[in-house]
Amino acid sequence: MEAFAELVDKLYFTSSNLAKSALIKQYLSQTPDPDRGWAIAAIAGTLSFDFFKRKLIKDLITERVDPVLFDLSYDYVGEMSETVSHLWQAQADDPPGMKVLPSLAEVVNTFANGKRAENRNYLITLLNSMSAPQRWALLKLGTRGLRIGVSARFLKKTLAEYAQDCGSDISIEDVERIWHGVAPPYKALLAYLEGKAEAPDVSESVTFQPLMLSHPLSDDELQSIRASDFQAEWKFDGIRVQLVVTSAGKALFSRTGDDISHSFPDIIDELETQHIYGVFDGELVALNPRVTDAHEIKGVLEAKNDNQTHYEIASFNQLQQRLNKKKPGNKLISNYPCGLILYDVLSLEGKDLRENTLVERSKALANWFKTQPYHFIHLSRPLDFTDTHSLISLREEATQLEQGYIEGLMLKRKDAVYVSGRPKGKWFKWKRDPRLIDAVMMYAQRGHGKRSSFYSDYTFGCWQDGKLLPVGKAYSGFTDDELKQLDRWVRQNTIGRFGPVKEVEKALVLEVAFDSVHPSNRHKSGVAMRFPRIHRIRWDKPANEADHLTTLQAMI
Amino acid sequence: MHPEKWIKTDKTGLYCRALDAYIDPMHPVKRAIITHGHADHARPGHSEVYATPQTLGIMRIRYGDDFCEKPIPMEYGQTRSIHKAQLHMVPAGHILGSAQAVIDYKDYRLILAGDYKRHPDPSCPPFEVTPCDVFVTEATFGLPVFRHPPINQQIQKLLDSMALFENRCHLVGAYALGKCQRVILALRALGYNKPIYLHGALLRLCEFYQENGVELGELIPVSELDNPKVLAGELVIAPPSALNDRWSRKLPEVMTAMASGWMQIRARSKQRRAELPLIISDHCDWSELIQTIKEVNPRELWVTHGREQALVHQAQKMGYKAKALSLVGYEEDED
Repeated sequence: MEAFAELVDKLYFTSSNLAKSALIKQYLSQTPDPDRGWAIAAIAGTLSFDFFKRKLIKDLITERVDPVLFDLSYDYVGEMSETVSHLWQAQADDPPGMKVLPSLAEVVNTFANGKRAENRNYLITLLNSMSAPQRWALLKLGTRGLRIGVSARFLKKTLAEYAQDCGSDISIEDVERIWHGVAPPYKALLAYLEGKAEAPDVSESVTFQPLMLSHPLSDDELQSIRASDFQAEWKFDGIRVQLVVTSAGKALFSRTGDDISHSFPDIIDELETQHIYGVFDGELVALNPRVTDAHEIKGVLEAKNDNQTHYEIASFNQLQQRLNKKKPGNKLISNYPCGLILYDVLSLEGKDLRENTLVERSKALANWFKTQPYHFIHLSRPLDFTDTHSLISLREEATQLEQGYIEGLMLKRKDAVYVSGRPKGKWFKWKRDPRLIDAVMMYAQRGHGKRSSFYSDYTFGCWQDGKLLPVGKAYSGFTDDELKQLDRWVRQNTIGRFGPVKEVEKALVLEVAFDSVHPSNRHKSGVAMRFPRIHRIRWDKPANEADHLTTLQAMI
Repeated sequence: MHPEKWIKTDKTGLYCRALDAYIDPMHPVKRAIITHGHADHARPGHSEVYATPQTLGIMRIRYGDDFCEKPIPMEYGQTRSIHKAQLHMVPAGHILGSAQAVIDYKDYRLILAGDYKRHPDPSCPPFEVTPCDVFVTEATFGLPVFRHPPINQQIQKLLDSMALFENRCHLVGAYALGKCQRVILALRALGYNKPIYLHGALLRLCEFYQENGVELGELIPVSELDNPKVLAGELVIAPPSALNDRWSRKLPEVMTAMASGWMQIRARSKQRRAELPLIISDHCDWSELIQTIKEVNPRELWVTHGREQALVHQAQKMGYKAKALSLVGYEEDED
């Protein structure tokens, strides 16, 4: 446990990637199994359970520390685990502390097998026996909240480097391919990396394959997009998913590899391997029935269906009703039907297509699509374009679309193979223009993590009957320098305090960008924005010239 | 007469009617009492300035000979009658020359402690506990999360890193006045006898400490070196602003350390991009603040800049009458 705590502490403060991977490789070479495998899992975020709940930590600390002082400390530090690790103090009736800290594997196993009351005592004992940085590492580990500037991708890269240091000829792509088919504490994986065993076989397992991701398109790059080299598609406004159907089972994964099958039995339960067999890349969207004679959705090939029901893509807001539902009821499912729009295929009927070009994959996908019987599976079709001008007008079309189911354009190189990660120059996303309003800052709150102690979360409002009504909250879109200016402005213009929230002079206009706006009964203003962010700070604009609520309502 | 009747705060700072003077004012005033030489407390342009001789010396270094019209030195313990009240200065243990201002007026005593600490510091006389009716305390680190470790432990961390990365130039960010000299003293106490290299902004104040009998050993300005590459494996101290500045890019394989009480908070260290955070503070941590309140045992506690709310709450829980005095303009980061 000491070595693990030291590793994460050092990684946290190290800024150079070179030094970070050196630290990890050193740890892997010096630490025995299964400890090092659990450490990999903790850093990559692949532990499958919490050791304890955040609520337990909160309960324990409020038993030990004055609640007012705890709240003030938490507000200042901006992070629960760190606040607790500093404030923690042993109590007289605690179980006795340990002389030597247990190994990481022992900690994992004890929490995994313990009952709730036992785990509570074990946690207290550990915390009593640890230094503040060790407590921090344990709390982060136990709640799976370790954020130390090491992404899963970076870790895999480091694992490949480690293998190369051990004399094995293993690339990051090799690691990516088996990664989701192996589980902590990764004994087989590590043996393979060190050249002591064959690669673990994951071909038939129902596992997530890391997605190919896109870069935002810059103005310079726009000029280089030729119809001969690139394929254009709509960027649909749903969530990216990967559908995996093999002989071993079937699953729907989110873009981060979370299995979300349970939320969509209406899709998953229907699928049969005789009709669908492979790994597909696509968008999960909400659907609305539409009248048959209405014009079809451009850029989407609808599934054949017998009962002549046709659909149109519904808002993201509607999709949200279906997300994160562990067991959706029948009523919810029938009120908010969902479907898939597929745009790529990684393997089909047992054949790996990732080394094929986009054109070849698209063709294979389209051919298969003709044979598939599911009315909720649709196909994304390439959009016609000839030159930069026609691309610009396609994007303009997306911006103007009333329903807003199109987020912009995807531009993909026709000759690109399917590579996990974010390869340069292959896939581009080109979002439509955001919607904008001018709102007035009303309240500010301190940020968390990197922005701890900066006032970085702003609630803003629009006018109604001469009063400001809060319409949303934003905490991104500004540069670090702008953050400092905003932070200073908040401190100098505070007129009230409600716990951690500062009320400010209603004097600063923020130009807020957002993707869309929806009716909401949760907010007093009756509207909710999707992904609001600060677009510009209007130091120049008087507050009374900011927008009225009616402007926002009209954008619904 | 209760100090509530003769003390007020405004945009210039804390005004004492009985002395007809401001204490550590933000703007030029007719009469100023200055508790210590940090730039947010000691500003130029006042007519009369009452301060310890060391504080006056620091102001002279920073702002030139005409930093005020009339400097009036106050030795520790020496009492002066000013306007209608009496003033004397008592050591505060914060930096060289730092003082608590003790004001007696009509049977009441108010102490403005300024910035102070209780950790041992060989560069200045220790904080003196003085009984009073109203004790005005700072609360820079007034939250129970702040526990400052002993300075030797932190400096040992630096020495360990220098031993481990023996070819890297260790660059320590430390404020020019107080922190820098304290870091040097602790290094010397742990047996580090090699020359210590300094950024130009730290030179004059280190000399001033040496003139005042604080022995710092051999110090060499980085600017005197022909080739900065000789700094591989050496120790350089610079003001925090120079850490990520162009200045530090000429140093070979830099390992960046930062000496500040704020380094205890991870995000703060990250914001400073310090790879080696050293928790060294010239202020009280939470337990020292509480210890001081108990020892001074005032009838009433007023809390100024920092995290007033928490300390007021704690003092009230301990049975003291306590309130927050809102003072504007003191820089949170000055530590």
